[in-house]
Amino acid sequence: MESPTNMLLLLIIPINFFILGSSRLGACIRTTALQGSILALISFLMHPVSGHTLFLSGSALALKGVLMPNLLFRAIRQVQIRREIEPLIGYVPTLILGTLAMAGAFIFSDYLPLIEAHRGSLIIPVGLSTLVTGFLMLTTRRKALTQVLGYLIFENGVFIFGILLADAMPLMVEAGILLDLLVAIFVMGIIINQINREFSSMDVEDLSSLRE
Amino acid sequence: MITLLVLVPVLFALGAYLMPSDRLRPRLLSVAGFVHLVLVLWILAHPVPITVGAWIGLDPLGRLVVLVVSLLFFCCSIYGLGYLRARLHWGNRIFITCMLLFLAAMSLAVMARHLGLLWVAVESTTLASAPLIYYNRNRLSIEATWKYLLLCSVGIALAMLGILFVAYSILPAAPISLQLDDLLAGAASYSRPWLRTGFAFLLVGFGTKVGLAPLHSWKPDAYGEAPGMVGALLAGGLTNIAFLALLRVMQIMAAAGEIEVARQSFLIMGGISLFFAAVFVIKQPDIKRLLAYSSVEHMGIMVIGVGIGGIAIFGAMLHLVNNALVKGVLFLAGSNINRCFVSKRREEVAGAIAVVPASAALFIAGFLAVTGSPPFGVFISEFTILRGVFSTGHFALGGYFLVMLAVIFIGMGSTVLAVTLGPPSARANKGKYRDTLLSVGPPLFMLLLVLVLGLYLPEPVRTLLTEAAGVVGVIR
Repeated sequence: MESPTNMLLLLIIPINFFILGSSRLGACIRTTALQGSILALISFLMHPVSGHTLFLSGSALALKGVLMPNLLFRAIRQVQIRREIEPLIGYVPTLILGTLAMAGAFIFSDYLPLIEAHRGSLIIPVGLSTLVTGFLMLTTRRKALTQVLGYLIFENGVFIFGILLADAMPLMVEAGILLDLLVAIFVMGIIINQINREFSSMDVEDLSSLRE
Repeated sequence: MITLLVLVPVLFALGAYLMPSDRLRPRLLSVAGFVHLVLVLWILAHPVPITVGAWIGLDPLGRLVVLVVSLLFFCCSIYGLGYLRARLHWGNRIFITCMLLFLAAMSLAVMARHLGLLWVAVESTTLASAPLIYYNRNRLSIEATWKYLLLCSVGIALAMLGILFVAYSILPAAPISLQLDDLLAGAASYSRPWLRTGFAFLLVGFGTKVGLAPLHSWKPDAYGEAPGMVGALLAGGLTNIAFLALLRVMQIMAAAGEIEVARQSFLIMGGISLFFAAVFVIKQPDIKRLLAYSSVEHMGIMVIGVGIGGIAIFGAMLHLVNNALVKGVLFLAGSNINRCFVSKRREEVAGAIAVVPASAALFIAGFLAVTGSPPFGVFISEFTILRGVFSTGHFALGGYFLVMLAVIFIGMGSTVLAVTLGPPSARANKGKYRDTLLSVGPPLFMLLLVLVLGLYLPEPVRTLLTEAAGVVGVIR
């Protein structure tokens, strides 16, 4: 496996930790955008130049690097919040969990044999640890917006695996997938707005009247 | 021809969005439901064999599910005529547009013969139905919508990951194709670790949408807060679509010779679902949440049927039809009671039979049907699945199954009888609702269908069920 992509993939890991450890929403959104852009670059580098590759990495860059961060920035401007206040599990414990998960991801990736062309690539461990990062964000944070961010990081993790298979996924399906992702974020944005209006905060803790 | 099943609802959705009148729009919904149902019946009467390698096509399994979905949608759209007229001030442009897009997405999922396309369609059902759950626009419905959207989106992202893993398992033996026929043809040579990991992700992903315990936590909230007609479509349409997706995965596992792994996981998930349903049904104070746990139970039963294989798969297919129709009856009748009392809490609703006799009677009949009392169809399908369970020697599972069914019967019964019988509570008539033909007709029609399915299985239906079961596994 060519080393530039592995170097770029290695960059993803500190980004994950930064997002897990940071309380400032603006910085989190920017880093997620950076992560998305790096992924777009990786998908461009890993495949021979063709219309298909250009479309895939171009649309990934536009969506993950520009459009969605902008949507999220607009959301935080509208609801006027800057920070995540006390997550359910503190920052240090989440970082420790993230580290453990990353170690687990490296161990687990041995179990999945890569084909010759991809041997030596860091895609699997990096992909898995990005998935876990997203999952931790989704489960431990209280702000609806941070949960959306977690969902985005989760999707980035899925995208990393998708890079392995970019040749196989027909164009239309890819386009559909990216579009669905965009719409999902959009709908979530609208609901965040509604939550904000109804509850005058975006704390998911307030969303707890429905329980047994 | 079958593309019309998607195109027609999309066009109607566009029409509904552009239509200026809130008063006329519900009629458009019913017309769309009717046209869709007629199309489905026509396609079923003139089945076209699927083209191998095509991205869309209706195999027997798809035909069965699309028939159920279309029938349920039509009944709900008729119910909507009265329901939406009573709430004209609330506006219905977004609601009806999303209903129709929801129908289009479900139809697409049914006919998808490409895993990528299937994924897109299933995700679209989530997105199209989220605004439906939010219809009441209050705090509780926001909470329910948020949970639904987030949980199902994460679930579906996991399913995407599973699809990618399955695709990777094909390498390097063959060029990757996610088309179902290609997948089934080549499955025997796939890389086992990738395929199994992919299966685990797909099971969790689509299982979240099916609402199998312990991944069901969106269900009670979404069903509880959505309007009754939406609840019916979620319980009888959306969950069946996700179940169909699971069956597609099962097909691939069977072709790869990994059927035992899939079966065991299905049995475990089904067993857990029965347990969760039984625990939460007891003393459940909310009639709609009660129905949600009943849905968890019945999806669990279907999954168990498929996990057992053989005759039980036939039972599971029949159960799919029965469950969808009975859920339609219960949600619509329950919604009527809710409209009359403006509450769905057990402590606030009592004696519905004296105020809205038809709806209350339907609710009781629906309860008897859903818990598997003869002579309703659910009895036959549960009995068939149980026969499969015992004849394959799963005696412990069979006993557990029966105990859970009994617990659920008692648990549901106490709430259902408390809200329907006895002297009416003070809240009766608070909603100024009276039973009308439009609000009682559709659930009554569905109840009669379930009754017919229990007494006599018409030959075309039996053939369709057998063929559908044959897609999933060999009938022994």
